[in-house]
Amino acid sequence: MATVGGVAGSVPATPRAEPVGKPPPWRRFGKFARRNEEVAWRSVAWVAVLLPLAALVFAVSVLAVKAWPAIRVNGWYFLYGRDWTYGNGYGAVVHTDGVAHQMGARFGAWAIIWGTLASSLIAIAIAVPLSIGAAFALTERMPTWISRPLGFTIEILAGIPSVVIGLWGILTFGPWLAHHVYPVIADHMPDVPVLRYFSNPVGTGEGLMSAGIVLALMIVPIIASTTRDLFAQVPPLPKEGASALGMTDWEVANKVTLPWVRSGIVGATVLGLGRALGETIAIAMIGGASLQIPHTIYLPFTTVAATILSQLDGALTDGTGFAVATLAELALVLAVISVGVNLIARQIVKRTGRVGAPVGGA
Amino acid sequence: MTTLAAGPATRRRRASSGFWRFLTYLALVLIMAPAAWMLIGVLARAWSHWQWSVLWTKATPTGGGLRDQILGTLILMFGVLIIAGSIGVFAGIHLAEMARPNKPAGRLSGPLRTASDVLSGFPSIVLGYVGYTALVVGLGWGFSLAAALIILSIMVIPYIAKTTENSLRQVPTGYREGAEALGMSVGYSLRKVVLRSALPGIVTGLLLALAIAAGETAPLIYTAGFSNTLPHSLTHAQFPYLTYVVFSYWNDPSVQKHYLSYDAALILIVIVLLLLVSSRIIVSRTQRHAESARTTRTGKRLWPGRGQAVEPAKDEPLLGITGAPPR
Repeated sequence: MATVGGVAGSVPATPRAEPVGKPPPWRRFGKFARRNEEVAWRSVAWVAVLLPLAALVFAVSVLAVKAWPAIRVNGWYFLYGRDWTYGNGYGAVVHTDGVAHQMGARFGAWAIIWGTLASSLIAIAIAVPLSIGAAFALTERMPTWISRPLGFTIEILAGIPSVVIGLWGILTFGPWLAHHVYPVIADHMPDVPVLRYFSNPVGTGEGLMSAGIVLALMIVPIIASTTRDLFAQVPPLPKEGASALGMTDWEVANKVTLPWVRSGIVGATVLGLGRALGETIAIAMIGGASLQIPHTIYLPFTTVAATILSQLDGALTDGTGFAVATLAELALVLAVISVGVNLIARQIVKRTGRVGAPVGGA
Repeated sequence: MTTLAAGPATRRRRASSGFWRFLTYLALVLIMAPAAWMLIGVLARAWSHWQWSVLWTKATPTGGGLRDQILGTLILMFGVLIIAGSIGVFAGIHLAEMARPNKPAGRLSGPLRTASDVLSGFPSIVLGYVGYTALVVGLGWGFSLAAALIILSIMVIPYIAKTTENSLRQVPTGYREGAEALGMSVGYSLRKVVLRSALPGIVTGLLLALAIAAGETAPLIYTAGFSNTLPHSLTHAQFPYLTYVVFSYWNDPSVQKHYLSYDAALILIVIVLLLLVSSRIIVSRTQRHAESARTTRTGKRLWPGRGQAVEPAKDEPLLGITGAPPR
């Protein structure tokens, strides 16, 4: 046996320096802080997590209170009517149900709501097939050194401010479409009920179709990157098995991969729809801001979001405040539509696993 | 590998497979071409008249530079980082770590998460309208930095909370159990072990939220108004920012202002690209050193005050679970 601590002085005992007497106050606070750290974390986090709820309640109640007079006076006409007029600013102030408004004021938002739905549906119709195709090409076909940068480019597209996309749309893309693409389509459309809507006049590039295409470009990143991550999660064995059974690539994709992630794609699509419904600034720039339902798909229109943005100045000239209240009602309608769409999407996605892409802020 | 029995049916199937493969490539091109066209188009428009002095010259009624607008956007981003960053991260921590299902607070976490989801589905223009009604007019702040910051923060808090929650959930349970087995208190292990492992994900979420804040226009028009110079007060003074320049100067009578609008678009793209690229770098770096990067830093002084370094195992996933998400 070796000597362990037998010889005095050979191994100097090094007792840990225990503090003598009371520790200095900052030490005591440190101890206090350590003991109560969990409590501190919990209380701060608790307050923080309540704030979104508080903000939500606050926002909804502000909208509801502000919109209430407009809801009472406009009634159901607001949802199906097509007149949108502030009334006579120099005439007498009229009272309906105790709510003051300008004489002749009449607000029916159907053309605006229609524009919102139509542009979003066009965007979805374009974006979904493109996104699924691109996601396939990126995950199933390409070596990583190509698909990585391409995937990153799509994510960059998601981050480009919508006002920049709008600027490009109004200066470059819209005019190009109106000069080179729309005439080709419009000139060959037969004069039958549905297709008539695609015929002349093609306008100047500011309108429903241009807005739908640009919206599609904005929601493609959401749908494509989610779909790509979903495809990457499909286990290889079923695909290899299907290949071994003699299926072609397309059959594997159609019969194995797509069914595997179908509801995830539906969820991503509805999330994209939510974004399209709430998009404001790009539509305000290239929508053309017409309060009528357009006669052909190329002509100016407007959406709820763009109307809220562009009509505020006009609404403020209404001394009775009724026009501003009507804008609040419009905002409430938009909030209900897009929150409903978002909740449906999240339910679908939750049922089927997770959304891959960072998707969220509208 | 030609075939055993390539009958007409098989040939047709192969042809259709090739056709669909062609369509997927076409889809990719149809996405990439406009994206590239847009980026290059906007950059070229700005670059042909680009002058570096735009960055430090003040705006004048007919032109000038964009100094105050750039500073304004940076200030907005910084304020959102402080306000929404702290609140969102703490909210995410609560949702991922704190909610104890047997306590009343824990039972609330489902509704709280739903509230956060609903808020993130709110269109930004609607939030802007709320800000206008409640803060600009209701509280009498006028168009101001304060109103803009609050509304922008409300916009991105759910987003930050979500990314924080997700990246905390990807920290392996073994880390928490190990920390508890070593005798760490919950708060301490949260600070030193769990949060540190989740940090890359959280930072990525913050950077993307900043990109959203930098590019937002509609709610700012309703809350910040617009001015050409930085104000000296939080309230009662309109605030300059870049996106408004892009939105409104392109059809101004003055050609000088057209150029400014293209320049502002270029600067915005550069800001967003910087944010996205740095978030991408963070993600790829942490994936490469998924385990070692975080433990070497914690390993130095794990238990302050006692002077002994505890070195956790490196490079070995605990319980065979790796922290990095599949990508």
